[in-house]
Amino acid sequence: MAETTVDRAGAHRAESAPLLQMQQVTLRFGGVVALNEVSFEIHRGEILGLIGPNGAGKTTCFNALTGVYQPTSGQVVFDGQPLGRRKRYQINRLGIARTFQNIRLFQNMTARENVLVGADAHHRTGVLNALFRLPRHRREEAEGHRLADELLELMDLGHRGDDLARNLSYGEQRRLEIARALATKPKLLCLDEPAAGFNPVEKQRLMDLIRRVRDMGNTVLLIEHDMRLVMGVTDRIVVLEFGKKIADGRPEQIQNDPAVIAAYLGVEDDES
Amino acid sequence: MRRFLDAVGDAPRGVRIAGLVALALLAYALPLLNPPIITTPESDFRAVLFTVASYALVALGLNIVLGYAGLLDLGYVGFYAVGAYTVAVFGSLHGNLPFPLLMVLAVCITTASGLLLGAPTLRVRGDYLAIVTLGFGEIIRLVALNSEWLNGARGITGIPRPPSVELFEIPRLTWEGWVAYVDLGDKSVFMKFALLDATPYYWLTLTVIIFVLFADVLLQRSRVGRAWEATREDEEAAELNGVPTFRFKLLAFAMGAFVGGMSGALFASRQGSINPEPFVIQISILFLAAVVIGGQGNRWGAIVGAIVVAYLPERFREASEFRVLIFGLALLVLSNFRPQGLLPPRRRRRVNRETDRKQQMEGGVVHG
Repeated sequence: MAETTVDRAGAHRAESAPLLQMQQVTLRFGGVVALNEVSFEIHRGEILGLIGPNGAGKTTCFNALTGVYQPTSGQVVFDGQPLGRRKRYQINRLGIARTFQNIRLFQNMTARENVLVGADAHHRTGVLNALFRLPRHRREEAEGHRLADELLELMDLGHRGDDLARNLSYGEQRRLEIARALATKPKLLCLDEPAAGFNPVEKQRLMDLIRRVRDMGNTVLLIEHDMRLVMGVTDRIVVLEFGKKIADGRPEQIQNDPAVIAAYLGVEDDES
Repeated sequence: MRRFLDAVGDAPRGVRIAGLVALALLAYALPLLNPPIITTPESDFRAVLFTVASYALVALGLNIVLGYAGLLDLGYVGFYAVGAYTVAVFGSLHGNLPFPLLMVLAVCITTASGLLLGAPTLRVRGDYLAIVTLGFGEIIRLVALNSEWLNGARGITGIPRPPSVELFEIPRLTWEGWVAYVDLGDKSVFMKFALLDATPYYWLTLTVIIFVLFADVLLQRSRVGRAWEATREDEEAAELNGVPTFRFKLLAFAMGAFVGGMSGALFASRQGSINPEPFVIQISILFLAAVVIGGQGNRWGAIVGAIVVAYLPERFREASEFRVLIFGLALLVLSNFRPQGLLPPRRRRRVNRETDRKQQMEGGVVHG
């Protein structure tokens, strides 16, 4: 199984340039260097794991490539275009969507509405269209609902569409975040610890889900603490420590990389 | 109360529409019915009704800004003033445009002022926005007060009224105890806009309210409404999911200004003369109170809030000396026992129901 997915990713790689390139990205907050000249690439169709001990800069990395922070130096190139000073919603429309480490749903909206907001990213209905129920409104509304139903079904939330996000269980909320992100039709889906707080069974189910999402043609960037899990699902792994990239390679390579073992496995071996 | 609201919310569509039509008809008939208990013994009921209607209109506008988009606007009276002054300036002081044109102009200028205020200020959030808008409201009043071009404190008189078409007369009822008499000596003319009888103004305002309500429903149930709500819930998450939050906040501001300006224009025309005095900060707070009391994010709540804020003090004028005190106490009680307002949005009520159910289940209370 792992073999075939790698081959798939390899095939994609051959036909096109990387989907995303972090080029020497540095992010400083006052004296703190959160990211130190980090460079890596994400190829189309792969699942890339981003791992590292707490405080290594994983989430900061997400923030840099979704436009939450502007890199102090270096740049992020997505699909051949530097992100530059694009606004966050513009970056989303370019095709980068994300979830959050601490769930950030629209709590007082229903599950379906949450997904619809994501689907609206590509809609252009404005006041006039809405007020007079012009064809654009009706078309986009129908399209949004269809997409929402599809994604809710995919995330196993089909029966929860009309429930408020805040009333969903923890696991359902995590999946709803993924559905909302997918609704924006991203080329790159960034998941920030999507399995945090899950038990092993739930984690396994989520990983299957992620693989399915990838097989639908998405590229996935995954932050995850659980090493065993990351090894199982990713095609390639980038390891950060103290804001610097210390390793980059296939899971088997990472597993045997002395620097990684020292920095990550060695230090935190009692955590698992 | 909650059960009643749920019943209303869950009623079939046809029943609800019939109910709303009946409610609208009743509202139109109110100044003619002059019903006992509801009528205001110590002030002109028709004038009170107009005031309540114009507050309701303002509250609907502010509800878009505060209830939907979650923007705390403490200077909303500024838009009301801009609307009123536009009508006064171009209808009397520096021009003599006809009323319909003035209305259009007022709406355009207030909307523009909303965009103008919003463009630089909507980049700040929460408390800062409140402070900036508070300043805006005061600045508008002070400009009106100190500008010779706007006649300063003397104000502007001779503001045009809507064109009257006197079609027919409608008698109103007077009551002795519980017995109603048709009072042929006191008729309302349909539609004669004059100083003495506020009824036609009330009808006009009510009609505007109904249009605004329709627009409100259509907007809320569309991409626009969803974007506002998402922005209110979590601005950053909304932005990262492709919502251009700034643009939608600006839109909410403009829509709110649009509605507030209309109300101000109607107010100016009804008064016939205006000066800067009524556009004080307290009125902004009163508008805000209407939305908060009613339940932020619910259009019906905003109307109920406007009734509470504008009607009750007139109805109980006997206690007028203690008006502010009673009002303050009522607000205190409300914020303690019903912080989400009298009529919170439907979804909020649903959450409460859900929470209750959960608590019941967790508490192990079994209902037979």
